[in-house]
Amino acid sequence: MTSNGWLQIAILFVAVVACAIPLGRFMARVFAGERNFLSPVLAPVERGLYRLAGVDPDKEQGWVAYTLGMLALNAAGFALLYAILRLQGVLPVNPQGFGALAPDLAFNTAVSFVTNTNWQAYGGETTMSNFSQMVGLTVQNFLSAATGIALAIALVRGFARSGAAGVGNFFVDATRATLYILLPLAFVTALILVASGMPQTLDGSFTATTLDGAQQTISIGPVASQVAIKQLGTNGGGFFNVNAAHPFENPTALGNMLQVWQMLVVSTAIMFAFGHLVGDKRQAKALVTVVFVLLIVGVAVAYWAEAAGTPVLQQAGLDPAGGNMEGKEVRFGLALSALWAAVTTGLSCGAVNAMHGSFTPLGGMVPLVLIKLGEILPGGVGSGLYGLLVMAIIAVFVAGLMVGRTPEYLGKKIEAKEVKMAVLASLVLPVFVLGFTALAANLPGPAAGIGNGGPHGLTEVLYAYASGTGNNGSAFASLSANTPWWNTTLGIAMLFGRFAYIVPMMAIAGSLAAKPRLAASTGTFPTHGPLFVGLLIGVILILGGLQFFPALALGPIAEQVQMLAGKTF
Amino acid sequence: MSAKTVSSIASPDLIGRAAIDAVKKLNPRSLMKNPVIFVTEVVATLVTAIFLRDLLTGAPVSFTGQIMGWLWFTVLFANFAEAVAEGRGRAQAESLKRARTDTVAKKLSDPRNRERFTRVSALDLKVGDFVLVEAGDLVPGDGEIIEGIASVNEAAITGESAPVIRESGGDRSAVTGGTTVVSDFVVVRITAAAGSSFLDRMIALVEGAERQKTPNEIALTILLVGMTLIFLITVVTLYGLGLYGGTELAVPVLVALLVTLIPTTIGGLLSAIGIAGMDRLVRHNVLAMSGRAVEAAGDVDTLLLDKTGTITFGNRMATEIIPVPGVSAREATEAAVLASLADETAEGRSILALARETFGIDVTVVPDGASFVPFSAATRISGIDLVGRKVRKGAVDAVRRFVSEGTTGKVSEPAEFNAAVDRIARSGGTPLGLAENGRLLGVIHLKDVVKPDIKERFAELRRMGIRTVMVTGDNPVTAAAIASEAGVDDFIAEATPQDKLSYIRNEQRRGRLVAMCGDGTNDAPALAQADVGVAMQTGTQAAREAGNMVDLDSDPTKLIEIVGIGKQLLMTRGSLTTFSIANDVAKYFAIIPALFIVAIPELSVLNVMGLSTPQSAILSAVIFNALIIIALIPLALRGVPYKPASAESVLARNLLIYGLGGILVPFIGIKLIDLAVTALGLA
Repeated sequence: MTSNGWLQIAILFVAVVACAIPLGRFMARVFAGERNFLSPVLAPVERGLYRLAGVDPDKEQGWVAYTLGMLALNAAGFALLYAILRLQGVLPVNPQGFGALAPDLAFNTAVSFVTNTNWQAYGGETTMSNFSQMVGLTVQNFLSAATGIALAIALVRGFARSGAAGVGNFFVDATRATLYILLPLAFVTALILVASGMPQTLDGSFTATTLDGAQQTISIGPVASQVAIKQLGTNGGGFFNVNAAHPFENPTALGNMLQVWQMLVVSTAIMFAFGHLVGDKRQAKALVTVVFVLLIVGVAVAYWAEAAGTPVLQQAGLDPAGGNMEGKEVRFGLALSALWAAVTTGLSCGAVNAMHGSFTPLGGMVPLVLIKLGEILPGGVGSGLYGLLVMAIIAVFVAGLMVGRTPEYLGKKIEAKEVKMAVLASLVLPVFVLGFTALAANLPGPAAGIGNGGPHGLTEVLYAYASGTGNNGSAFASLSANTPWWNTTLGIAMLFGRFAYIVPMMAIAGSLAAKPRLAASTGTFPTHGPLFVGLLIGVILILGGLQFFPALALGPIAEQVQMLAGKTF
Repeated sequence: MSAKTVSSIASPDLIGRAAIDAVKKLNPRSLMKNPVIFVTEVVATLVTAIFLRDLLTGAPVSFTGQIMGWLWFTVLFANFAEAVAEGRGRAQAESLKRARTDTVAKKLSDPRNRERFTRVSALDLKVGDFVLVEAGDLVPGDGEIIEGIASVNEAAITGESAPVIRESGGDRSAVTGGTTVVSDFVVVRITAAAGSSFLDRMIALVEGAERQKTPNEIALTILLVGMTLIFLITVVTLYGLGLYGGTELAVPVLVALLVTLIPTTIGGLLSAIGIAGMDRLVRHNVLAMSGRAVEAAGDVDTLLLDKTGTITFGNRMATEIIPVPGVSAREATEAAVLASLADETAEGRSILALARETFGIDVTVVPDGASFVPFSAATRISGIDLVGRKVRKGAVDAVRRFVSEGTTGKVSEPAEFNAAVDRIARSGGTPLGLAENGRLLGVIHLKDVVKPDIKERFAELRRMGIRTVMVTGDNPVTAAAIASEAGVDDFIAEATPQDKLSYIRNEQRRGRLVAMCGDGTNDAPALAQADVGVAMQTGTQAAREAGNMVDLDSDPTKLIEIVGIGKQLLMTRGSLTTFSIANDVAKYFAIIPALFIVAIPELSVLNVMGLSTPQSAILSAVIFNALIIIALIPLALRGVPYKPASAESVLARNLLIYGLGGILVPFIGIKLIDLAVTALGLA
């Protein structure tokens, strides 16, 4: 570890928080329906869209209608994307002439992009036409991100409102998220990415003559426009197979910093927006503190583990000062690779600039653990906030009684209904991660796809299902996942990981909105301040840790202790 | 009757009975109500089956047998906790049941004719029947007196042996079945059918027979079920994960892991905590009509307290006598004593007491030839006529009139007199004029005396975030003065029942939970509206129906204790839940390395406790898990120590003890048990 490395990490986090504060204030205004500096340009567009779609923007929806609206939009998005992928061969803007995707891969990919997972069982530059990338995948990158933001805002309204029947209007929220937040940010940052050397063209490839005089076909395409929303919307689906480790998808160290900033900024800002919307900024500060404390610990552990390297290789004569550089880009080095790995999994982004499977076992456990803690640090756009709030509800329920009152969070009593729904949502991750892992690791067919022996192989499987269920999308390389088993089960894991969580979460939003908002006093459980921060961190670590400790002990922990003992596989 | 002190958690007798009940409670149908312990019972049965199979096939059974034994102990210990709590309530119910013996009622066919009645069993009485209850009779059922006045011994219910007066009309018209009329007679209209009377409900409550889970208990149970499911998934899938790594885990070992992880501690103690909370209320002579009310008591934000009896002693007392210039203090005091000699009211007595304290004046003999002028509502003046002396005290304007009548010249009214009157009125006191013949002597200051320790209690409540509101019939000036002296946060002056009701509604609209106590029929709407309405046992039937608690001591100050009991119940529940979950960390470190040590010997680094063998590690965790239930029963029954403080400091303290303690204690406990297990050669 170097002080330069730490400085880069520190600058990034400061830049994120500094930008997220005003962005959060802006988002709060947008979702409260107030005028903002973009209104003169965008308000007429917004009104036009509602007229076109026949949406009455003033009509409030109850949580059921809101959820159904969301499901309808996502189902339509899935159908559209599936159709595009299956018909790719006959659709235009296909310079390389790629054919249709197989049904299982098309299913997996469509689910993947609709659920904001962006798990990629395919290689972008060898599978997807520019049409599929732009009209298929990029559209879903926007819609899935807007869906997440809208849902989070609905839950926040549940807390902010008192005795209300509605939680907002899904179509309005999704439109505003796209129009006022995602599109402008994506547009501006895409231009900066282009300036940093990222391609943006409708061409498919060009041919270069290498130094040896050989001819090489190099894929290009509309990269910058897709990367901008891929990062901002915490989607993570790369244009190229190796994602942000590809020089065209992540050309410079500065561009790399910008991309990490893009990943974090919206998810961080929405926590500040939450503070504004519930009328108590201290609540947002507490959540932001929880998220960044855990995220920085994650970065530190990964950085430390990677800098320590592997003793076996060092005994074989490798310079220990280099750390573990396997699977990392020299352009980024240890610090920025560790930073990216933690951020992309603390978020449910899943874009990678280094191969997580090549990290040391402990370093590789960091992304795995961050996914398993529920994708709430700070999690995907919107989905991170609602996941974090559900966790806060559980924390308040367990410990809130200790002040001698029935539990309440932000003035809302947490009662049987909220607990029931929070428990249902919490079951999704262990059921699909552990259930599928235990099956796949032992069935001869699926197990054939596992690339490495020993505990590392188990980690690959565990990581794949965690990434799918957590809607992260990153992979622990060397798992051959493009087979009907993996495509189908991971598709199911992604679907349930997204929607089986959302439905109970929205039931909580509806139930909370209907409750009166109670006044706070010195007798109420304080949900700002260091005590709550510590409590929430403890609950996140203990609840997440208890579910996955046995699996981690058999995977990365076993591998790490064996590696230190000099055992190889 | 003051709160009974509890010297010990349970008598040996009670423990013996609870042990038997613990075995009876193994019946799966009754255990279903407690899902965590039910799961434990199911897996204990599974391990028992494996044990028996191994026994028959001759496989080694020592380890499985021990695991099996401790699993059953876990279930029994949880049942025992509940049985002890129930047993304590049952002992109280026994004494109540004695009052519920079958009485014979004198049923009147015509309430106006007391001569003609038929003797029927009290059990046959219906709502609306009229009965005659005469001296020496037991009141056959709950009802309302429609005629007569009687003194009634309510010891059966309240434990208070001094009889109370019950009469028709007004706020003292309710009688309770099981009490005894000791003098006179009353005609009672029955208002509750046999089996649903106050006494019946009280017995059911303390026995826990009708105990239903409170809303928060239901929510907590859901969370515990959820955690049980999550751990079930973790443990079942661990079989598959282990298989991949080359370890086939045995069922008893997986069961051991499951049972140590699922929240058996709080699952086993949850209902005992609830029963004990109700029991604590009963020991304070308060009956809660539902568990919901006890929980709501913990949540209260605003307390409506009647001034009289709660904040002040309830009678005005003389605190100073201010003479006008030219009159000595002693002279004025002597005149005040003379004027009060025949005054039997508390105010009059307090003037004599003040004189005794300040000047040692103690008049016991009435001077010869004295004639008293009694107080009347019309004259508002009283005093004494002696030879040549007419001494009076009374309302200031009445005294002024008396003085002007007693003199022919212009009345000299010193500015100091008016100033003193004003000052007293402004301070919330009542000024009494004092005069002799045609001369003003001074002013007597009567004051509503605030209870000495009440200000500290309100400060305590404020630290807990509870607002206190004083309700009084006084005028706003008086009310404000007393309010500031007592340190309440707000007051309602010249309060009518409607004022109370709208104040409560207003508070609730602002998101606050309100508690109040009351006794009159006109309090009933407010009692019903309040989140916690404590009716006085001496109150009317309507008030008792409207409230969700009844205070048998009829002590309005009790409201503060009730809030404390509610808070303590919730705190105990939360603390033990936190403790139970935090315990799991250590259990993982005990069991996980033990499970896989053969396939992955390097995992021994996780054996931070240095447990001797894999088998003793697993066994120690299971034993700790069972014993901790027993160890925590006293805490569950007594409740966690509770001191009024802000939520912030209470949370910090409890998180430290039960959160951090919950993580650390099992590391130590499991290590110690491991040492014992190894020393005894059990594994």
